[in-house]
Amino acid sequence: MALKRKSKQFKWHRKHLLGLRELSAEEITYILDTAKGFEQISTRSVKKAPPLRGKVVVNLFFEDSTRTRNSFALAANRLSADIIEFTKKTSSVSKGETLLDTARNLEAMGIDIVVIRHNAGGAPKFLSRNINACVVNAGDGFCEHPTQGLLDVYTIRKIKGTLEGLKIAIVGDIAHSRVARSDMWAMTKLGAEVIFVGPPTLMPTQADRLPVKVSYSLDEVIEKVDVINMLRIQFERLGGNPFPSIREYSHYFGLTVERMKKAKPYILVMHPGPINRGLEMESEVADGRNSVILEQVTNGLAVRMAVLFLVNQAAAERLKA
Amino acid sequence: MPLLVVVAILDVIFRLFFNWWFAAIMKIILDSGQIEQVLKDLTGRILSEIPAEMDIAVIGIRSRGEVLAQRLSGQLSQKLGKDVPCGTLDITLYRDDLNSPQGTAQPLVRTTEIGFDIDDKIIILIDDVLYTGRSARAAMDALIDLGRPKAIRLAVLVDRIGRELPIQADYAGYKADAAPGKLVQVNLVESDGKDQVVIE
Repeated sequence: MALKRKSKQFKWHRKHLLGLRELSAEEITYILDTAKGFEQISTRSVKKAPPLRGKVVVNLFFEDSTRTRNSFALAANRLSADIIEFTKKTSSVSKGETLLDTARNLEAMGIDIVVIRHNAGGAPKFLSRNINACVVNAGDGFCEHPTQGLLDVYTIRKIKGTLEGLKIAIVGDIAHSRVARSDMWAMTKLGAEVIFVGPPTLMPTQADRLPVKVSYSLDEVIEKVDVINMLRIQFERLGGNPFPSIREYSHYFGLTVERMKKAKPYILVMHPGPINRGLEMESEVADGRNSVILEQVTNGLAVRMAVLFLVNQAAAERLKA
Repeated sequence: MPLLVVVAILDVIFRLFFNWWFAAIMKIILDSGQIEQVLKDLTGRILSEIPAEMDIAVIGIRSRGEVLAQRLSGQLSQKLGKDVPCGTLDITLYRDDLNSPQGTAQPLVRTTEIGFDIDDKIIILIDDVLYTGRSARAAMDALIDLGRPKAIRLAVLVDRIGRELPIQADYAGYKADAAPGKLVQVNLVESDGKDQVVIE
């Protein structure tokens, strides 16, 4: 008897991607599964598919970026969307136009998706409440960088199969890192154990309230972990003197060839980029056989295509309702 | 004891009722033997029309077409005595109703798995049901983005009336005349546990 299958298929309903903290494990997995389907677009002869044909994406970047900005632009292009590049320096923001006015004016030209990076935490959420277009967070203050978190777990899942039971160290400037936060939410939701490693001066206050372990010694942690994600020291954000000297930081928290000898043989070495070579990581390690840093960039494209596709689908669904 | 007997009788009555009810709303148009026969016919017609020295490959449209492609490529390989490659095409990104308010439920994007070069091959594109022709259109666009086949031929298990685009099957299996609101459901062992085509 063939009963009509009413499988409870999961449905994506968010027209904004603001952060990973609010997503369920099921939603994160759904994005990762969707991204798998987009990976092959970048490897075939015609690197373009039509699902966002006629849609307009605006890259609204109030901070500098190489990877994220170009990755979003390429992702939008590969899905056949048109893309508008917005930079703070060459825009009317330098004449004193507010974020909301800027966004509303762009929206008046008929845009569908805003990809925003802003130095103020919460800017994407604020925007999502005040405009009709879909909003995708490409990094806000010290809060979240959801697509980076997604591409990190995507990369790990692709190589290790699952995140369940993995031990992952995130090392360095945790306090100023939105990547660490997005990574933490995604990794712990998918069942990994996350350890924040760094000097006390670069730990977030009240780190004990987060679902992570904290360690102040990389040497204690390195032999136990399956994945190590080295963060960049963000000199542009550092206030005061969080460590006595660059050499001292590098001595205690840099990923050196010497330190790698103590690690598990199949440890994955990750970095969100841009790398300060010789500071948080020696060049030999960054280019070594355990490094998946460039795979992260490649996977980022597939993940961002999936995100743009899904938020646009959710917006189309709402029109039907 | 009497209680058990009552339960057993009720059970039988319910089963009979549901069987009758399902038979009333569903019509089996192909059983497993007939599906096998249709596939054999398709194989025979393909072999009679395409010269044996040509490079043939079979590509199925997800998800029932995937299973049919495996069976068809198996039969073709056997008859030709050479390996006929088989792939799977996901057409979600090429659908024409993605942004339309009339679109159906949210589609899930899955992977396209074609592990061979399609250039200069004769591609047998196979799907379970040809109805509006929109999936076939999407599949052709998706294939062209992967390369330039020598030819694309369309094979379907069930050819249903109701085309909305100027597309016809080259190798049509069973011809079904189902009313517009009805659902023609193809079940296959690999994906559904049973070979059967029903109209609901």
